[in-house]
Amino acid sequence: MSDDISLSESERSAGIVRCDACPVLCRIRPGRAGACDRYANENGALVRVDPLVLLAKPDLARVAFVEGSDAWHGELGKGEGAFVTGIGATTTYPDYKPAPFIVSSKQDGVDMVTVVTEGIFSYCGVKVKIDTDRYLGPEQAAVRVKGEAVGHVTTAEYGSQMLSLGGVHHLTGGSKKEGVVTCDTLLALCNREAVELTIDGGSTVVVQADKPPVVNGALEERMRVGCGSAAIGMFAPQWKDHVDEVIVVDDHITGVLSEHQGGVFLDMKPAGIRVRGRRSTPGRYFQVAEPGLGWGGTNVSDPLEIIEKIDPKQAWPGLKLLMVSTTGEHAAWFTLDEQLKPRPAEMPAPVRHVVERIAENCEPALCTVLFMAGAGGSLRAGVTENPVRLTRSVRDTLTKVTLGGVPAYIWPGGGITLMVDVARMPEKSFGYVPTPALVAPIEFTLRADDYAALGGYASRAVTLEDVIARHKVRIE
Amino acid sequence: MSAVAARFADGRLHLQHGPIDLIVEAFGAAEEVERAYAQAIDRFGDILPALVGELIVLRRPIGEAYPLLQGPVARRMAEAVWPHRTRYITPMAAVAGAVADEMLQALVRGRRLDKAYVNDGGDIAIHVTPGQSLRAGIFAQALDGVALLTHERPVRGIATSGWGGRSFSLGVADSVTVLAATSASADAAATMIANEVNADHPAIERRPARALDPDSDLHELPVTVAVGDLPPGTVDAALDRGLAAARRLRLCGLIDSAALSLRGHWRIESGGTPLALSEAG
Repeated sequence: MSDDISLSESERSAGIVRCDACPVLCRIRPGRAGACDRYANENGALVRVDPLVLLAKPDLARVAFVEGSDAWHGELGKGEGAFVTGIGATTTYPDYKPAPFIVSSKQDGVDMVTVVTEGIFSYCGVKVKIDTDRYLGPEQAAVRVKGEAVGHVTTAEYGSQMLSLGGVHHLTGGSKKEGVVTCDTLLALCNREAVELTIDGGSTVVVQADKPPVVNGALEERMRVGCGSAAIGMFAPQWKDHVDEVIVVDDHITGVLSEHQGGVFLDMKPAGIRVRGRRSTPGRYFQVAEPGLGWGGTNVSDPLEIIEKIDPKQAWPGLKLLMVSTTGEHAAWFTLDEQLKPRPAEMPAPVRHVVERIAENCEPALCTVLFMAGAGGSLRAGVTENPVRLTRSVRDTLTKVTLGGVPAYIWPGGGITLMVDVARMPEKSFGYVPTPALVAPIEFTLRADDYAALGGYASRAVTLEDVIARHKVRIE
Repeated sequence: MSAVAARFADGRLHLQHGPIDLIVEAFGAAEEVERAYAQAIDRFGDILPALVGELIVLRRPIGEAYPLLQGPVARRMAEAVWPHRTRYITPMAAVAGAVADEMLQALVRGRRLDKAYVNDGGDIAIHVTPGQSLRAGIFAQALDGVALLTHERPVRGIATSGWGGRSFSLGVADSVTVLAATSASADAAATMIANEVNADHPAIERRPARALDPDSDLHELPVTVAVGDLPPGTVDAALDRGLAAARRLRLCGLIDSAALSLRGHWRIESGGTPLALSEAG
């Protein structure tokens, strides 16, 4: 396969277009389709014969329709309430010609223009939030797919681990294979497929947008309710009459009830049980164990391992000790014998009840995938003759940016750097080109007069009715 | 787009990558069938990239020298078209059949299946064990014919060519269906016979292949783009030319049978495989 996919001058003047949808890279003459019959040259433009996706209304819940179904739902075609997405709009790369659809549809009585295109994003990646306290790997560690580095571990957020995957350096800055694997990974994640990620010096995690993570083969069902200290604060009053001590085991902060402000407030007697690690403030301990896949995101499988010593001056025989993890997933009940050794015992019902309540308060663990990309110069040129005005218009919130109908968060500062939750977008919104880069639908919506003012191709505007009449349409 | 695998509601496997579109079905114990599908999916991802890597050679006409090719599908293509080299032919004439053969091999390898097929847009590779049979229908205008394929018959491939399909034809046949030992050899033979079903008549409109597809392996050869009304004598003469070509290929051992159609008229060249025209036609 040749990397040079540019067309000769004579080919261009003959109206031939190069399809880069698959490795065959067909050259297609006007009015004809490529080898797959899925992409065609329509008056010099590469069009996908796949249907265009319409949202019945951009901000309302979408109704799923069977592709190819003749059953039309809703009131589409009357020019109100429908929103043309960029999905299936086809790209205009490099964007020296106007975006495929500039749709003038009325919204709330105002002439709105939606410039619909599929953008090719060379600068793009995903930020993945994985709801788990389990140890995924050290910060900055490479995240790999099929042995290729596709991103890295960034940081931890409250109850979650954060990965940054893709980005221009992995897509085009490394080896060809790294770029291809990265592109495949991003495409799969953005289209809400499951991908297995391996982290250097850490875990293997299966990530799928809007689904629980699977860490080293174990499905993560719940987020922790809070750190060990927070759990103490939340549940101390409910434990008070049933326990002498509670240790909430957590990889971040392990909480010890009788030393903790929550216990002191309840006049609990010091129990003399010292946990390992570094004391932060009273009753709050860092690093009681190594990170791992055991209790509360530590490597501990026997919770007594984190007890450094039991002080005979403070502890007493018969002392009742609860040890529990921050998800309620692990819990054990002990009483101290005559030698002040913890002995396992059957957990009393009221204590069991509070342990179950911890579990109940843990939210379902999910992976969330935010697509993040920059809308570059040429993409903007497809919208207006003066691209910087589009950027300013987006800044001034006169222009609304959506991807597949989903409003995008625009990062402050220069350029149009956007983020969107792929789980909210219609199915199969993303594609790719062999560059490698992702293709994503992007729509700019603004008032018709504002559009004209920023140098838009207003004369190219078509009505929604025309779009529906002239194109295969899939409704969501 | 990267390769896509999906299951139809009835369990058949659908594989698609660029222009390759396969329907795969295996019959046998459920567990064996699933393992067979997994093998097919596993093999599929590499098929198109490997072909694209040798596309320049694959689009060249076969000349004096046997083409040097690396990929297993590419080699199947070369092997299938080599016997036809006295006429203009490129390995691309057998691409669909060769993909079907390669995928069938991946599907059945090491598995215990009663029967199976890989249908690559009408070019079909089949696997059939003793006592089993597969029925292949030939649709030209309606269900015009049925081929019954059994273990005893030396047929493991079916292919159909014609001017209206996705590939270009130099001839005017509505369809030429060939049964042969492999799908690739059936594909190459169907292409060649369809080219021979031809006539010189003003109602036949032709264009240089590259005027339609700048990448066509047929270069400037005139390919059929429209066929108007043809007088009965012209239809008969065109079919008879095709039939003679089919007979020549059968006697060379390259095909088992062929069914040719043009404007509702048929010719059959049969090596004995039950191939009956239905009256419904």
